[in-house]
Amino acid sequence: MSAPNSPPPTEATAGVAEDNRVTLRKLLVVTAVMFGFGFALVPFYEKICEVTGINRIVKRDDHRPANTQVDASRSVTVEFDANLRSNLPWTFRPLESSVKVHPGELATVIYEVTNTSDRPVTGQAIPSYGPMLAGQFFRKVECFCFDKQQMAPGERRQMPIAFVVDPGLPTEVNTITLSFTFFEVEGRASAEPATPARGGRS
Amino acid sequence: MQATHDHAAGHDHGHAHPTGIMRWITTTNHKDIGTMYLWFSFVMFLVGGVLALLLRTELFQPGMQVVEPEVFNQLTTMHGVIMVFGAIMPAFVGFANWMLPLQIGAPDMAFARMNNWSFWLLPPAAALLVISFFVPGGAAAGGWTLYPPLSIQMGPGMDLAIFALHILGASSIMGSINIVTTILNMRAPGMTLMKMPLFAWTWLITAYLLIAVMPVLAGAITMVLTDRHFDTHFFNAAGGGDPVLFQHIFWFFGHPEVYIMILPAFGIVSEIIPAFARKQLFGYTSMVYATASIAILSFIVWAHHMFTVGMPATAQLFFMFATMLIAVPTGVKVFNWVATMWRGSMTFETPMLFACGFIFVFTMGGFTGLILAITPIDIQLHDTYFVVAHFHYVLVAGSLFALFAGTYYWLPKWTGHMYDETLGKLHFWLSVIFFNVTFFVQHFLGLAGMPRRVPDYALQFADFNMISTIGAFGFGLTQLLFLYVVVKCIRGGAKAADCPWEGARGLEWTVPSPAPYHTFETPPVVR
Repeated sequence: MSAPNSPPPTEATAGVAEDNRVTLRKLLVVTAVMFGFGFALVPFYEKICEVTGINRIVKRDDHRPANTQVDASRSVTVEFDANLRSNLPWTFRPLESSVKVHPGELATVIYEVTNTSDRPVTGQAIPSYGPMLAGQFFRKVECFCFDKQQMAPGERRQMPIAFVVDPGLPTEVNTITLSFTFFEVEGRASAEPATPARGGRS
Repeated sequence: MQATHDHAAGHDHGHAHPTGIMRWITTTNHKDIGTMYLWFSFVMFLVGGVLALLLRTELFQPGMQVVEPEVFNQLTTMHGVIMVFGAIMPAFVGFANWMLPLQIGAPDMAFARMNNWSFWLLPPAAALLVISFFVPGGAAAGGWTLYPPLSIQMGPGMDLAIFALHILGASSIMGSINIVTTILNMRAPGMTLMKMPLFAWTWLITAYLLIAVMPVLAGAITMVLTDRHFDTHFFNAAGGGDPVLFQHIFWFFGHPEVYIMILPAFGIVSEIIPAFARKQLFGYTSMVYATASIAILSFIVWAHHMFTVGMPATAQLFFMFATMLIAVPTGVKVFNWVATMWRGSMTFETPMLFACGFIFVFTMGGFTGLILAITPIDIQLHDTYFVVAHFHYVLVAGSLFALFAGTYYWLPKWTGHMYDETLGKLHFWLSVIFFNVTFFVQHFLGLAGMPRRVPDYALQFADFNMISTIGAFGFGLTQLLFLYVVVKCIRGGAKAADCPWEGARGLEWTVPSPAPYHTFETPPVVR
């Protein structure tokens, strides 16, 4: 069956050689493409993981870091009221008359006090709430009412109150009125301003 | 294979043939190159086999006896790399070189010079692999899959392994381009695609698989290399990379690679069964389509190798069912082989014995594969000896037995002599028995929970490991018998007729035995 002598190249064999070169080129392109495909798997894989969330070990949070204790779903208006017992020679007022806060959110308000007399006067602020119910949900973190306040003659002072409205506040309460009344502390307490007695936290 | 050389003298064309070693270095003859591929793969088979026997020696008894754990890891890794890339794949390419031009009536491979390069890339790559045992830190030891982070952290042995794989990959791609071009363009007149022998068909599809996935492996190990030396972080989690990405890329190559190693075996068996059943192959067309289906499906099942790395249940279900789907075309093939035997006039010469052994034992490996495809079971059995048993059933009893079958089938054509039938049959029976002694018990070890790639194990595994080691040594020594049979056949023996097998069909049996140095320079006409 085998040929004893190799025949001279004919048009047919030359055609086969050309066909072979074409096939070679095509297959080399496939090889190059598949080499690139291996590398293309890298971004492809990352995209798959991103879309499906497979590789997200720590869940990404699109919101700002949230304090779960703040109830952002509702707001409470806190109104400030300032009163003096008639014999106290002071002026006393909040710098803001009201603030809007979310329950659980820390807020700070400044009261301003001025001693209009020419003598030192010691006073104690007593808070009260309207409605009464709100008192047990009103958490004062810092308050001038914790201490007796001694004012030098003619002294003006700004004093803070920092507070949080407890999220447990019943939802029907939208407004809380905080009223402070300053009483003059007379007698021994007034004579010993250096050791002021600690006021009760209410 | 000296016989083919002698024959060349009668076909000298008036230009000088180099002789001696230069003949083999410069040859562009497909038969010479096929011969070199086959000898190379057999040498690498022995090297990989020695590594395997060292492993089995260590595992003969519990405790550490022979090698250090680090060396043990090197042995498992290099056994896998050498057997896959150095033994099985070049052996099939050797068969392709020898037989494809003869089967389709072509005078030679399409690119004869490139064919020479494809082969001569192999010995340097093999040398790199062997040398890597002697560099600081030893050979690659992260398993043949080269998973990061181990493959990024290891010593220079890993670099040598990566270079070797690059070279072997380039060789495979060149060989595959050659095979595709030869089959598509150089068939004899009248040899339509659907008249081709099934071995040519399976190799055509295998070559396409190789061209598609070997570059992907090259990309993956290039990324490992740049991660190691050039501060990229493809797979380094500390730099924002992902080691699991490597597993995806590797197995995108790795699963088609599994079929690259078995499809040509299907082809060889599909040649042999009809010859010895003296019937036409049952369902030729369905065989072609089944082969193509397996090849296409092999691209969408890769993640079944990595069920345990974590993936959504949807993905696990997809890869589980896609994997099971492959059982359908494979089942078609097994059915067709058995149907070919049905009412055939069968005789059981050595090629037929190995082909029957192939069907029987490979199918067992296929069934354990189906078991492992089931995700919850795979999570239980992952990285146990059950997996080791499974893939040795399909790779040793599958690919290797088919290679033996093909060798015995075509040895008369290659050498012009008949091999020693008695010794051939002895080789088969020893092989199949020792194979099962070695690997069947490993199913039990895996089911009982023995992990793979460990140098030491709990006492409860001692008995089965001892049996397995005894089987391994029996199997290994049996292959020396194979070497003896082949050498004896080359040196002499009964003169082989042009067609020594009564039922064999095909163009290769129309040329004299041994096949002359040049064949089909005038194309045969196929009707």
